[in-house]
Amino acid sequence: MNQFAHFMTQVLVAVVQVFAVAVGGPLLLGLMRKVRSRLEGRVGAPIHQPLLDVRKLFAKQRMRPRESSWVFGAAPVVLVATVVAVAAVSPLATTHPPLGQSSDFFAVVFVLLLGSVVLALGALDTGTAFGGMGSSRSMTIGALCEPALLVAILAMAISARTSNLPALVRVGLAHPAVIASPARILALSSFLVVILAESGRLPVDNPSTHLELTMIHEAMVLEYSGADLGLIIVGESMRLVFLLGLLVNLLVPWGVAERPGVLFFCVGLFALLAKVAVAGVMIAIFEVFTAKMRLFRLPELLAGGFVLALLGAVTAVVAR
Amino acid sequence: MTAHAFNVQRLLSERTPRAVLDCDGNELTQVAALLLEAGFRLALVCARHDGAVIEVVYLFVDGPPDQRIELRVLLDTRQPRLPSIAHLSYAASRFEREMHDLFGVEPIGHPQLRRLVLHQHWPLGWHPMRHDAGPQPPMNPEADSFPFAQVEGEGLYEIPVGPVHAGVIEPGHFRFWVLGETIVRMKARLWFVHKGIERLFEGQDLTFALNLAEKISGDSAVGHGLAFAQAVEEALDIEVAQRARELRAVLLELERVYNHVADVGALCNDVGFGFANARALTLRERLLTLNESVTGHRLLRSGVHYGGATLRSLPTKEELEDIGAQFHELIDLARSNSIVMDRFTGTGVLSIDQARDLGVLGVVARASGLDDDARVAHSFIEMPASFRSVSRQDGDVLARFEVRCDEVDASLRLLTDLVAREGPLDVQGDAVELREGHGTGIAEGWRGAIVHRVDFGPDGALRRVKIVDPSFFAWPALPLALSDTIVPDFPLVNKSFNLSYAGNDL
Repeated sequence: MNQFAHFMTQVLVAVVQVFAVAVGGPLLLGLMRKVRSRLEGRVGAPIHQPLLDVRKLFAKQRMRPRESSWVFGAAPVVLVATVVAVAAVSPLATTHPPLGQSSDFFAVVFVLLLGSVVLALGALDTGTAFGGMGSSRSMTIGALCEPALLVAILAMAISARTSNLPALVRVGLAHPAVIASPARILALSSFLVVILAESGRLPVDNPSTHLELTMIHEAMVLEYSGADLGLIIVGESMRLVFLLGLLVNLLVPWGVAERPGVLFFCVGLFALLAKVAVAGVMIAIFEVFTAKMRLFRLPELLAGGFVLALLGAVTAVVAR
Repeated sequence: MTAHAFNVQRLLSERTPRAVLDCDGNELTQVAALLLEAGFRLALVCARHDGAVIEVVYLFVDGPPDQRIELRVLLDTRQPRLPSIAHLSYAASRFEREMHDLFGVEPIGHPQLRRLVLHQHWPLGWHPMRHDAGPQPPMNPEADSFPFAQVEGEGLYEIPVGPVHAGVIEPGHFRFWVLGETIVRMKARLWFVHKGIERLFEGQDLTFALNLAEKISGDSAVGHGLAFAQAVEEALDIEVAQRARELRAVLLELERVYNHVADVGALCNDVGFGFANARALTLRERLLTLNESVTGHRLLRSGVHYGGATLRSLPTKEELEDIGAQFHELIDLARSNSIVMDRFTGTGVLSIDQARDLGVLGVVARASGLDDDARVAHSFIEMPASFRSVSRQDGDVLARFEVRCDEVDASLRLLTDLVAREGPLDVQGDAVELREGHGTGIAEGWRGAIVHRVDFGPDGALRRVKIVDPSFFAWPALPLALSDTIVPDFPLVNKSFNLSYAGNDL
């Protein structure tokens, strides 16, 4: 019976975490747009506008290109499924998520990258010039991100002697000095660059452009409509919230629930949402004052991210 | 030396302001070569169908001092042919293609007599500008009636864009052939908004015609309105008082300022720097409000009329200074952003030779090192001694950005000078008396020199209006500037040209 209660609690934790990420995603997009609007002197749409947009999209007819195969329809579903899977098992509101033992940093991040890959496949499946162009650009950026990401995780794993995510967060809570160590700071800086690149934010991609020839991420999803597009918006925004959630919990883990209990969990959940919101606002402010880099300059930016991660790994080895 | 060559030499040495030379085909080539060699540019080619003949007029202009020489060739309607002067002037080759589509005039020896105005699915042999053209025959709906050059190679792919775009932009179809991200070749196909506006002028009363001229390209209401009014005034010998000319110059500069401000913002927006664009839009709104207080219309319509100009108020010196300060805050914001400057620098280079060969005008030409400016060449007011037309040498997006910035400054200085001159705000011209005649008008709109030519019949009715927007000359320069540019930089380069579709397609 005790085991059953434990199991139900774990399921509940997973469901709440996924739900928070799913609702938080579109809200974070709305918040970031709002911040940008206000800083530019505009009123801007309400923060919950992306939620309304998604609701509208789900009510709309779904159009699919005549020549496309099942890949096109499967891509949005796989995208959302990957984020749901990792959001359930990661230390977002609590350091003891369900299946916490298997919540490995490498595994989690590369499950997420699966979402990018299927989206690129879905875009190729349309057979349009823009789909191909977007996929090719997106995959180029993805390929440049990966080494930086791998080494960044390695740097954190070396100093904590584990790549288990809940353990990494717990180490930060138990020994705050670890967070301030050069290894983790460098690794997290690199992680931030990767997050910006992977989620198509400035200076890598301009999420609000209408210029189809400059698009990276948007070019891939041009042919999607209706519920398919709604799923993509939800999936993409969930991914951003999830990645930022990991980042803030590795950087400022305080507030996250260490012990079981409804109260601790609720505090953890609110702390998470607050921290992610602050991170989102900071990114939005950064975006207002930056511009989109030339496509061929992006390798320099991402190489910079890689160097940061590498330095982090080196200092981690040296400091051991 | 033939009689015509002798005449031309005399016209040039005496700097005759206006002249019309009747030529036959062979003389045309000879005289055109002489004029082009003397530094004239081909500003306009206008055909007119009149019963048994098609009259073709080539307008060559130069300045300062303002000189306009028209070469007139009369052709037999049954077999309208004339020698092509495409080998002398690239602009001529495009005017000839336009004439071939609309009038069926065949330029003999044209190197690439493809269709220009009427796309392939228009019926062959139907020339809508002929008076006996009749109703429009059915279109050819075949899918392959939209052919393009074939470009082939390993790893090369084709991107078709438009004519319907993702934003609120005018229609144009662009075809890119791309290797990786590098543009190997690009073709633009326009004339999707060809609406026969020149034909709409015919037989209209002059009030309506001036209104229509102001709407040729919505952002150039003053430029086109003024060029048209000047052409009518020259044709009908209407005097324009000095004060009215000054008021017109005020309008022309106000139009330049609000458009350049919007372009500066739009360039920033295209590299993702929306913050600067928001500031530019705020300033643009302020300028539009000012425009409304000056003419009663936010886009400065109806300030110019035949023989005069009417304004409601003038901006004060303090207001102009404040606008200048606000503008400098904006451009400092852009200039201090290293990513923005990196995107602008070296992107989409149009060399001075390319600009000269194509006969590009205005902002684009001046950014490539040419100093062509109709405010100097065909000036209608006494410009202050301090006035210099702005130019840059590099020919890249940054140069076009900087030319716009400097032109705003120059315009504000000119405006400050103009508003300080004393005089009434409402200058009415003499009553218009219709009669036979023709005239040309040239105004330096914000994109470059706008040229109109009007022709009144024996009954005093408007029987032909030809409009040339600077965009007509500059569109072919865009593909050249794009060679070796990458695809994601195309929108930026295109915006830095910011050519008119409506003014080109007519």
